[in-house]
Amino acid sequence: MSNIQQLHDFTTQVRRDILRMVHAVNSGHPGGSLGCAEFLVCLYQELMERKEGFDMNGIGEDIFFLSNGHISPVFYSVLARSGYFPVSELATFRKLNSRLQGHPTTHEGLPGIRMASGSLGQGLSVAIGAAEAKKLNKDNKLVYILTGDGELQEGQNWEAIMYASAKKVDNLIATVDYNGQQIDGSTNDVLSLGNLRAKFEAFDWDVLEIKEGNNIEAILAGMQEAKAKTGKGKPVAVLLYTEMGNGVDFMMHTHAWHGKAPNDAQLESGLAQNPATLGDY
Amino acid sequence: MKKYENTGSKDTRSGFGAGMTELGQTNENVVALCADLIGSLKFDDFKKNHPERFFQIGIAEANMIGIAAGMTIGGKIPFTGTFANFSTGRVYDQIRQSVAYSDKNVKICASHAGLTLGEDGATHQILEDIGLMKMLPGMTVINTCDYNQTKAATIALADHHGPAYLRFGRPVVPNFTPADEPFIIGKAILLNEGTDVTIIATGHLVWEALVAAEALEAKGISAEVINIHTIKPLDEEAILKSVAKTGCVVTAEEHNMLGGLGESVARTLSLNHPAPQEFVAVQDSFGESGTPEQLMEKYGLNSASIVAACEKVMTRK
Repeated sequence: MSNIQQLHDFTTQVRRDILRMVHAVNSGHPGGSLGCAEFLVCLYQELMERKEGFDMNGIGEDIFFLSNGHISPVFYSVLARSGYFPVSELATFRKLNSRLQGHPTTHEGLPGIRMASGSLGQGLSVAIGAAEAKKLNKDNKLVYILTGDGELQEGQNWEAIMYASAKKVDNLIATVDYNGQQIDGSTNDVLSLGNLRAKFEAFDWDVLEIKEGNNIEAILAGMQEAKAKTGKGKPVAVLLYTEMGNGVDFMMHTHAWHGKAPNDAQLESGLAQNPATLGDY
Repeated sequence: MKKYENTGSKDTRSGFGAGMTELGQTNENVVALCADLIGSLKFDDFKKNHPERFFQIGIAEANMIGIAAGMTIGGKIPFTGTFANFSTGRVYDQIRQSVAYSDKNVKICASHAGLTLGEDGATHQILEDIGLMKMLPGMTVINTCDYNQTKAATIALADHHGPAYLRFGRPVVPNFTPADEPFIIGKAILLNEGTDVTIIATGHLVWEALVAAEALEAKGISAEVINIHTIKPLDEEAILKSVAKTGCVVTAEEHNMLGGLGESVARTLSLNHPAPQEFVAVQDSFGESGTPEQLMEKYGLNSASIVAACEKVMTRK
């Protein structure tokens, strides 16, 4: 059990990792990664019931899927700092012969990854499959899945959303990174998601919103509420209102840093805003 | 030449259904997923006997492939079933990322492949699926020739770890392979020994190749007939051994000439033992409505086409 300050410190270090990783290779996706830092830290450090080590089948433990694979920097940082692989390996991100591919993959055998993602819209189906397998195995642990909001423009999601409620996949918590941004601009400008809550509810999901998606206490409270909603015949959706680029002032309130790395001066500024807590890799 | 007896014509998809029925009884990790085609895929018995392990996904093939991939996490062995067109082309990226690249133990089982789907026409008659699937790294690609072989292949796939594509069809065709013949993935079956020409056939064209070999024998031509049920990994050794003897090849498949068995054989030959080859395959076109027999005749996918191709290829030696 971590306290709030520990989770905050952990998150600050994750932010440093994200900035340093994308800066080192001048590529990658810092915006969404920074926006989901608190959420993934809470998930892996507090919310999920995880076993020691990594087993692909994940029987008897909660498991997580990242559908919006482009936010791999935050995923890799949290996995490494949660003990799945050496923190020093973060230095290989996006480099030749690395297990830390640009988008997450099982292909290189990186512990903690159960599914390749990057081509959007596929993760929810996979998570549903894993949840169905847990039911067959009489495994009462949960399946968590994070998707982007723009990603919901992919039609496969709506096949999956329809399926999960019709088949009562109630051991599943799907969180939407609701930052309202995508590559070409705001989701409202590109292709409006409309009333997302009403859409999930119309598909008969149990929906809750975490309005402060970068606030650790709000995330913990909201996700505990989400956990309490599982096992009641409905899949659970969480609309997590996040700020893309959160924690680095010049990366916030814009979609510009979706897939762009900071230069040397910008890195320095970003790191100054997030002092080292656990030690850099 | 060796005689093969049709022990009673059946559809290959029923072989798949029978294989699933047996797997349901013998392997509790096997699960079946279907996209609104239970009857067509012969899933009825599996569904009745194991309702908890049968998943009706609805008309949502992309979701089906993703769910199947997810079920492997937890140790399940998912067999997905729909028509070949909707099993491959429609869901290529889902198979590519969530199954093949993720190395998931999913068996993609596809009925109604090729022209012999018949009257439904070109929207449903995929002729590109072997090519699509064999291009995916790590994907095993199997195209079976009759009921017995399809049943055996289905059962064998449950013990094979890794992504696989199993292709079969709709029409009733001769059942001639032994019911007890072991199915060894990646191993060609030498059906008839010959010295003048090698016929390498897959799927529904295997029986036609045997009929062609008989017709050739009557003309004094000795044809070797090889059944390639596994297009990937290809049994290159069997192919090269035969061609070393005969010096020429005819490949026969219910698929586009581009991307199918013929091209895999041609690649093997060009790298190891260049030899003349003729392709009995669809000549880079879509299909159309008609009875299976009419279509196979019109598109040149029958024993007569194989005979003509053999005679032609022998002149090129």
